[in-house]
Amino acid sequence: MSNSIQRFAMVVDTRLCVACKACVLACKAENAVPDGYARDWLIEEVRGQFPHLAAENRSERCNHCSRPPCVASCPTGASHLAQGGAVLVTHGKCTGCKACIASCPYDARYPHPAGYVDKCTFCLHRVEAGKLPACVEVCPTSCLHFGDLSNQDSDVSRLLRSRQGKVLHPETGCRPNVYFLA
Amino acid sequence: MNDAMLEVVHGRHNALIDPSLTIWNWEIPVYLFLGGLAAGLLILPALLELRAGDRLRSAALRWAPWISAGLLSLGMLALFLDLSYKAHVYRFYLAFEPTSPMSWGSWILMLAYPVAILLGLGGLSSGERERLSAWLGRFWLKAPLTFAIGLADSMRRSLLWAAIAVGAGLGIYTGVLLGAMSARLAWNSGVLGPLFLTSGLSTGAALLLLLRLDHSERHSVMLFDAGAIVAEMLLIAVLLIGFASGDRTAQHAFWQLTSGPWGAAFWALVVVTGLAVPLVMEAIEFRRRLPMVALTPVLVLVGGLALRFVLLAAGQASGFRDF
Amino acid sequence: MSGLTRRQFIKIGAATAGAAAAGSGLVTRWWGLDDDPVHNPGTDGDRVVPTFCELCFWKCGVLAHVRDGRVTKITGNPAHPLSRGRLCPRGTGGTGLLYDPDRLKKPLMRRDKRGGEQVFEEVSWNEALDFTAQHLIGLKDKYGPEALALYSHGYGGSWFKHLMQAYGSKNIAAPSYAQCRGPREVAFQLTFGASLGSPEVLDLENSRVITLIGSHLGENMHNTQVQDFASAIDKGAQLIVVDPRFSTAAGKARYWLPIKPGTDIALLLAWMHVLINEGLYDREYVEKYAIGFDALREHVKDKTPEWAYTHTTIAPDVIVETARVMAGGRPASLVHPGRHVVWYGDDTQRSRAIAILNALLGSYARKGGIFVPSQLKLPKFPYKAYEHHPKAPPDTPKGSSYPLADETLAHGLCMATIPGTANYDIKGWLVYGTNLLMALPQPEEVKRAIQALDFMAVVDVLPAEITGWADVVLPEATYLERCDEIDNPPWKVPFAAVRQPVVEPMYDSKPGWWIAREIAQRLGLSDFFPWKDSLEYAIHRVHEAGYDCEQLRTTGVVLGKAKPTTIEDGLEPVFATPSGKIELFSQRIADAGFDPIPCFTPPEEPPSGQFRLLFGRAPTHTFARTTNNRMLGEIMSENELWVNATVVAELGLQHGEKVVAINQDGVRSQPIRLKATQRIRTDCVYMVHGFGHDAKGLTFARNRGADDARLVTRVKVDPLMGGTGMNVNFVRVEKA
Repeated sequence: MSNSIQRFAMVVDTRLCVACKACVLACKAENAVPDGYARDWLIEEVRGQFPHLAAENRSERCNHCSRPPCVASCPTGASHLAQGGAVLVTHGKCTGCKACIASCPYDARYPHPAGYVDKCTFCLHRVEAGKLPACVEVCPTSCLHFGDLSNQDSDVSRLLRSRQGKVLHPETGCRPNVYFLA
Repeated sequence: MNDAMLEVVHGRHNALIDPSLTIWNWEIPVYLFLGGLAAGLLILPALLELRAGDRLRSAALRWAPWISAGLLSLGMLALFLDLSYKAHVYRFYLAFEPTSPMSWGSWILMLAYPVAILLGLGGLSSGERERLSAWLGRFWLKAPLTFAIGLADSMRRSLLWAAIAVGAGLGIYTGVLLGAMSARLAWNSGVLGPLFLTSGLSTGAALLLLLRLDHSERHSVMLFDAGAIVAEMLLIAVLLIGFASGDRTAQHAFWQLTSGPWGAAFWALVVVTGLAVPLVMEAIEFRRRLPMVALTPVLVLVGGLALRFVLLAAGQASGFRDF
Repeated sequence: MSGLTRRQFIKIGAATAGAAAAGSGLVTRWWGLDDDPVHNPGTDGDRVVPTFCELCFWKCGVLAHVRDGRVTKITGNPAHPLSRGRLCPRGTGGTGLLYDPDRLKKPLMRRDKRGGEQVFEEVSWNEALDFTAQHLIGLKDKYGPEALALYSHGYGGSWFKHLMQAYGSKNIAAPSYAQCRGPREVAFQLTFGASLGSPEVLDLENSRVITLIGSHLGENMHNTQVQDFASAIDKGAQLIVVDPRFSTAAGKARYWLPIKPGTDIALLLAWMHVLINEGLYDREYVEKYAIGFDALREHVKDKTPEWAYTHTTIAPDVIVETARVMAGGRPASLVHPGRHVVWYGDDTQRSRAIAILNALLGSYARKGGIFVPSQLKLPKFPYKAYEHHPKAPPDTPKGSSYPLADETLAHGLCMATIPGTANYDIKGWLVYGTNLLMALPQPEEVKRAIQALDFMAVVDVLPAEITGWADVVLPEATYLERCDEIDNPPWKVPFAAVRQPVVEPMYDSKPGWWIAREIAQRLGLSDFFPWKDSLEYAIHRVHEAGYDCEQLRTTGVVLGKAKPTTIEDGLEPVFATPSGKIELFSQRIADAGFDPIPCFTPPEEPPSGQFRLLFGRAPTHTFARTTNNRMLGEIMSENELWVNATVVAELGLQHGEKVVAINQDGVRSQPIRLKATQRIRTDCVYMVHGFGHDAKGLTFARNRGADDARLVTRVKVDPLMGGTGMNVNFVRVEKA
């Protein structure tokens, strides 16, 4: 089955990102994320001392880990690995116990006011329809890339071959699938 | 890189998540505390009875399984109150997720009840049995009761071992629930399971000490409590040493507990009030054969509750985002 | 974990979790308890309407998704040359404007209540329009039509500009000229015979070296430009960023030059010096297309990097090195002309220096430089010719003039309202979509002018500060509820885009075209508005030009035939200057009595304990227009005062606490959160413009952050064209 082979990933080119947060709003609009919450967000880091400074902007979201502690900690099977390794929450199975929120090293989840725990879905409903995730589609700098790492010709595979990519907190052992190019 | 030279703008403000987690409030530490207490109240009387080789005499010990079940129910109520999707609570029992401590916990809870009830039934005096039988008779439940009591009596020894096993599972689980969440730095330790178990044992013993026990029972329970406190102190030492000698995230946890925002509560409430003072008091009472003051077990209970509150708060406030 | 390595543990875990899920799923799926594992949020529209955005003035093509009559989301239109399917955050946030609960809902008229208090009363459109028309007729009878001025910012303003000219007044101005792009347009016009317009005709995507002078692309979030900027970086373009603040763009630059504010011309002259001295400039290009090179060479002979260093604080070797990098990329080496350039009153000269530098790099009409656009020509909708020949605008103080201004000055028209100060008095204002109290400097002066008015009508979507001063407030429908003029700006590919109504106007709001026509009818000017509605008007123009209107309406845009835009493409550049060449030396400027080649004058120093106040933009907001948008407000709801961390420590203040900025005239800002940062020089402070609303009706934006405009009590007027240099105010910072 091709689904089991696919490995969806996102590659964020921090060199291009201007931290405009178009991705945040596009996600909120696409996924009807409730007021006061966001599934993706911006971290802006500046290191150094005037005038010797270096900046990194990162559009962050759920890392859709290959070894997701949130899925492991879910007592009902609501959190699960779906197509391409995307980590999803089945709303109807979620009790709102929040174990997954506490177990996520990236704090990528939040309790939806409706009761279930919500998070980035890699816009799987769009991906299934052959479209890109909303954040990737909207990005004015084209710094976001989405694709299948098992396909050597995909955008994400090529970028990770040709440039140095890092994941956030590899020491957690969760094997994140969102990469950042410096 | 010098951290002082790093400016970070966090562009997210999710309620209950940012700037640090506040997803769990009083319900969870209360649940963890009551769960530990319930575990202690299953294990301790079973151990005493196994050692004595005879049924326990004092009402407090005979009734301990019922108290355990009651406290467990209160704990589960607290847990239920915490759920943000309460209508889906039944989902816990449509799945068993072997990697999820919470799933284990919810099934262990289901095992704890029959064990506690059978253990409790077996411990009833003949007078109590008659009154219970008469009362249940009004609901045509006399026959099941007779059957259950028969079972409880015939399997008494197995039940005692089952109570120890289930109690240990319950007690360890309350700690593993947090300990398995390595994302929260202050929980990232394998010691939490045994620590919460020993804390459950000592608080369970403390609760029994507040009830009426006969002299020899009191002596055993107090000795047991002192042992549990010593074990707990050792485990806390192991926890802290583990943090102190760990990577920078572990060191952060060490800092949080020992000198950070929870340092004062940790030392004052957990270590001094909950462990050191009662241990000294128990030692004095024991040595001098003084009558026990009620304060000693109360302090142990306060310390047990504080341990859960402090760890829960410190854990929620710590995460990889700070590194 | 009992002897298992982490790897094994998780592997087993994942496998068993799957098995258990399948096991439990068997039960729950049977009972129909499990919902679709891939939840569809259902925001795709049952109707998708292409139109173009109005959250800023770039006018990107968008697709509005409508479901059950509600706009669920707005996405980029892939067919539109300015958005190419992508949007900035504001574009997505358009629904936040449409569904803003604070919108103006009914026409309002000022009434005197007993006791001298004035209140707004909701009235019918008829009453409001009759009242407006009455006053306009009265004004014309009493003072002549030129006594009416229109301030317009936004694409719906075209109908009112038309109305004004039919009425007989040319006094039409926008703060986007003398408070924004004006000096740049004048300078490029003088140098190359063409201004840069909006969207700027910059071929950033092909640039190999990009030099930004105070232009903070990325924070200044013009969609296409940021797309092209990022694309250039992706292709390896080098960046040189000159900015007192470590901007987002500076964070991507190979060279960040934290220049002392107000000294840019010195740096630009030194760069010219290096380019000429080291023979790095495009000799062939300059010889072929430019005049005045010898004069320029003489002029910059002594403008050495060492000289510039003393003024700019930029080390001489950095100036030399950056000049060489710049030259290394030529002709695809663009010195970005900026957009908001009214800083120090020497802005036309600074923009001239930028233009000259571009000429030396040979970047005009070159790939990766400034391209020469083409425009899709649309015939006019036939209407009656204007009958009046209005008097020239009184936009300069009496007896003075700005000889090189080529548009009307909004600030000047405003001041002309104070009786006796200009050639004639302005007595009535029409204000379309511009909150003059925050868009113009010196808001107290603006209020003084308003007090001298006979009549003021405001057409707006939100109850911005300016509406509170109006005699009548006409609630306009948002851009998603109306059709405006066709947009056909000069661009690489000529195109025409349509703005069409996505949903019906909410409340009792009306589209601008309707309001203008209703007023015209009441003024007896119906012949100037012979169309059924704006859509008929817009479609007619495109149809007459021979383009497919069906395609226009279904895709939002029609494209013309692309022409060569650069010399590389085969373009033969034409320079509409008096000499027909690039004018490094400008006789026109000399004739007007100013320096024909830019000279540097050191700026005024901030007094001790004070800092130069700088302001700029955030990607999430368009000035003060969007700060009440709750959707955008979630991303950014207040501004911060950036102060160098060392200075903050010296002042004994704390990062994150509320402070006030107090300017040289004692004017205090609202409380504003302090950002202690390494990202700014010690001699200036910075805030994002557009916050600190005090209008009661703006219930979200009110009292959030501080308004920089009120601290701009002083402006330095550009003597060439009347631009109001605003970065000439000094503040001290105190605990709030």
